[in-house]
Amino acid sequence: MSLAFKKETFRDDYTYKNSVEAIKRFPFPFPEDTYMYSVNMEPHTKGPKGAVTEHTFDIDEHYVSECLDKAKTLELDPGRYAVLPHMMDAQWDFLELTMESLSTDYPHLFTLKKDGKNWTWENKPLSIKKSFVFGDVSTLDMDPFEYMSRQVQGDFVLLDQRNDTLYADAGFITSQADWSLNFDVGMAWHEWHGPVPQVTKLGVMDRALKYLMSMQLGAPVRRLNWTMTINPRLDTSPENYPLWGGDRNTVTPENVGKKVHLRVELQTLFRLPRSNGLLFSIRCYLINMEELSTFPRWAKRFHRVFRDLHSDLAEYKGLVKFREMTVQWLSKFDDGADIGVGTHPE
Amino acid sequence: MSHINVKVAAIEQVTDLIKHFTFVREDGQPFPVFSGGSHVVVSMNINGRIQRNAYSLMGNPEETEAYHISVRRQEKSRGGSVHMHDALKVGDSLQITFPVNLFALEKRARKHLLIAGGIGITPFMSQIADLERNKANYELHYAYRAPEHGAFSKEIKANIGNKLITYVESEGGVLNLRNLLSKQPLGTHVYVCGPGPMVVAMIETARTLGWPENHIHSEQFTAPPSGESFKIKLTKSALEIVVPPEMSMLEAMEAAGVDAPYLCRGGACGRCELEVVCTDGNLLHHDHYLSEAEKAAGKKIMPCVSRAKCDLLEVVL
Ligand code: FES
Repeated sequence: MSLAFKKETFRDDYTYKNSVEAIKRFPFPFPEDTYMYSVNMEPHTKGPKGAVTEHTFDIDEHYVSECLDKAKTLELDPGRYAVLPHMMDAQWDFLELTMESLSTDYPHLFTLKKDGKNWTWENKPLSIKKSFVFGDVSTLDMDPFEYMSRQVQGDFVLLDQRNDTLYADAGFITSQADWSLNFDVGMAWHEWHGPVPQVTKLGVMDRALKYLMSMQLGAPVRRLNWTMTINPRLDTSPENYPLWGGDRNTVTPENVGKKVHLRVELQTLFRLPRSNGLLFSIRCYLINMEELSTFPRWAKRFHRVFRDLHSDLAEYKGLVKFREMTVQWLSKFDDGADIGVGTHPE
Repeated sequence: MSHINVKVAAIEQVTDLIKHFTFVREDGQPFPVFSGGSHVVVSMNINGRIQRNAYSLMGNPEETEAYHISVRRQEKSRGGSVHMHDALKVGDSLQITFPVNLFALEKRARKHLLIAGGIGITPFMSQIADLERNKANYELHYAYRAPEHGAFSKEIKANIGNKLITYVESEGGVLNLRNLLSKQPLGTHVYVCGPGPMVVAMIETARTLGWPENHIHSEQFTAPPSGESFKIKLTKSALEIVVPPEMSMLEAMEAAGVDAPYLCRGGACGRCELEVVCTDGNLLHHDHYLSEAEKAAGKKIMPCVSRAKCDLLEVVL
């Protein structure tokens, strides 16, 4: 597979677009006509060829532009990267996992040469070549966690496991939908998992915590989550709300198809070997309504899900202002036919 | 659970009762790095009965060509350690789980106080490698019965010098927990692994001296005790399984092809917990996980070590 990396923007003039291939592999999250919040995980095993789950970390046509956007966000707000001092082992775990996965899964793009502790990393798309000593921070330009977070799409949180809970003790957050790192670094599981409406059953979060704490090496897991974003903007952090919040008021019946995006997060969790920590990775995929509706099955499905979404959830996800217009726009694709179960496009 | 197929690469008689086993991967690949204090569960076939025992990894976590465990021969146990000692030969194939850490170092500790009794030294051997690598402040206090029982004491001394303090009982060495614990600086975390009474004594002493609960760490796996036979019924699969005297509930379920969760198999981690629907007898709790109140309530059972004295026990699985 050779990838052509697109030149595009996730801010200002918003030139981000999906190619036909990118639309086809979009991780559409709705197998049924109604949406139920769930924290259920599945094993993060190799998905089908071409799927976003084919590899441990997905590198797609947006890779180069997304990395540039991450750098920009971090430059404007250095607080998006934070790490507590006891997380050094976890930082090296992260660097090792990402470098090994990328060089194994995309050998034409990334290479890793090891001679004992002397490693040489080459990232061709970003024109980076670096020799360093594994475990010796002074030989790298920056923290190992920041170094590789800048070179992989998505957001990353390193969790420390102690006192029978998980602490978010390091994070690189530049494309997060609804929580921010400044607020979260050092926080325990129950503090950063605020109440989710309609998750009334007691103990859901406790069970999820217990499950995560017993996660094992060599058995990563994943789930999809979703929300919606106006304009293809990665950085929709709470602290930048003034920059993007108003966009919700700019949706008109004429521009719904281009402006309204379904935002899907592929969340993966890995047990880290030397630190016994966990890596929580959140990879964001954006698709606008026009792109989505190139597959009428998806348009039908999403029309039904969005139309019937519980109003508490719509409120929680910040979708109220443009819901009616979007449902209206999507309705023209929906003939009411039974489309069966499954997330496939056709 | 995900498994790794391994071969026995070497067996070393360390003391009269302790053997050190070296495993390499069947596929020739390196093992994953692990964190100090981790264990693996070794599956062994004892005359057609599959038994799985947890053993601490004692090698350096960064050395991935081989994994190392040590096994103390326990004559009175159900045969796992005796099998490892008498039946296992160099070149034999085995299955182990990926490493799991239920005895992790607290990375923010200002000082680590490690306390080992006898074979309880093994998890500390991987931990000291991590502590050395991170240049942490620590001491290892190692008590054993007689010089010939001090497995690995020379090797450790050579690695960490006077950070190792030994207490040899036959030579009059006494580890005074109260003295030791009362002179530690604030922010110290204490870790203990060894015989049951020693673990209990350490925890009690630390509590009495007012140590915060989350600064006290122990690893205590119980071997599943034998008992009377009883029958279990699994509500979801409607399966009925007889638990014979020499098997644990967990083992009996596994032998019946049920994929039941576990991590430690020693009543410590809580992963195997099952909800009890009803029983016509009494639950016999042997775990360290449930609180006394939970045990008395009889709504939960840890099938890796606990049993029931009854005809039928119904659990949710
Ligand atoms: S498996 Fe750990 S308590 Fe049963």
